[in-house]
Amino acid sequence: MPHFDRLYNFACWLTHDRHEAEDLVQETYAKALKGFSSFQLGTNFRAWIYRILRNAFLTSRVGLKAAVTEPLETEGEENLPSEKETPESILLQRADWQLVQEALERLPVAHREVLLLCEVEEMSYQEIAATLAIPIGTVLSRLARARRSLREAVRKMQGGG
Amino acid sequence: MICDTWKEKLDAYLDGELAPAEARALSEHLRGCAACAAESLSRVQQKRLVQAAGRRFTPNPAFRARIEQSIAPRRALRWNRLWFPALAGAMAFVIVGVLFLNLNHERRNDQRLLSELADLHVATLASANPVDVVSTDRHTVKPWFAGKIPFTFNLPELQDSAFTLVGGKVSYLNQSAGAELIFRVRQHQISVFIFPEGAAENIRAVQNAASFNARSWSHNGLCYFVIGDVSPQDLDKLSELIKSAG
Repeated sequence: MPHFDRLYNFACWLTHDRHEAEDLVQETYAKALKGFSSFQLGTNFRAWIYRILRNAFLTSRVGLKAAVTEPLETEGEENLPSEKETPESILLQRADWQLVQEALERLPVAHREVLLLCEVEEMSYQEIAATLAIPIGTVLSRLARARRSLREAVRKMQGGG
Repeated sequence: MICDTWKEKLDAYLDGELAPAEARALSEHLRGCAACAAESLSRVQQKRLVQAAGRRFTPNPAFRARIEQSIAPRRALRWNRLWFPALAGAMAFVIVGVLFLNLNHERRNDQRLLSELADLHVATLASANPVDVVSTDRHTVKPWFAGKIPFTFNLPELQDSAFTLVGGKVSYLNQSAGAELIFRVRQHQISVFIFPEGAAENIRAVQNAASFNARSWSHNGLCYFVIGDVSPQDLDKLSELIKSAG
């Protein structure tokens, strides 16, 4: 089963629940098998199967709830203020991975997934764009925003703890 | 600030998504700019931290087994596809084995028949009365067999050949009566045996026994065996003459 462990990890991050994640992965494989004919040879298989999982998540109970509670932010390639955050960066260097895990959990799904696809799955911007069905420009801006909000989340936790 | 422009491209640079020329220019800048280099280091560390933190959940074996089972029909199909070549291979092996045994069996049968015919031929050569009908004339020899054997046959015209007919006698193979004709070529004698097909089978696999050469064929329900100590070429010539007589 290709990408099984990685898909499960990704599903857990999306759902915050192992049972939900298992259902999601099972549904993904069922859909992938059934719809394999719709997969175009020569295109990216990984992006295709992650997209199935993500679409299944978005229409699941947990996914719909997340969509309601997390208001869609206005996305654009503009209004990316340049960062002058050397103090934050130093804080992040001192952060341990458990703190980062907590910060990741608190991020909105849209930020969490783009970070995971980029850093954990090491997908190219092109693959991420195909998986999330968004333009590459949006991948860039969303990724930048996600990284910044992660840094802010870590800083808040460090300040609070 | 030029550093701000670079910093905007830093993420793409660290993600390996910058065009080669731009990436070269940026890395050149990083070598000379301490602030950008520190920023770059910080972002690399963030990437590594997220990567480590993100690899967090592993599926338990029971769940993996369940999913594998849920896609089992596809797997079974694949096994089926593997089974067919395996089965075909096994069957081919058995068939080859049977053919080989058969061939071996045939070879042994041929060998046995040939040595029997060789014995008959040698007995004829050694006999004080090698033939019962002594005649070089085929029109004498052929009628002589009438009533003695349960079939009839034609003899060739030998006038323009190196062969001469010496005569013939009744012979027996596997409890069946047949004709034995003696031909001479130079100082050699050749026996030609004619038996009904039920009494003998054609010799296919073996063409010589105990230094005798032999030829064999079937025609009109009769088996012909030509055996002698002559060259294969002579045997072939005589065989062709007999065949042409039908």
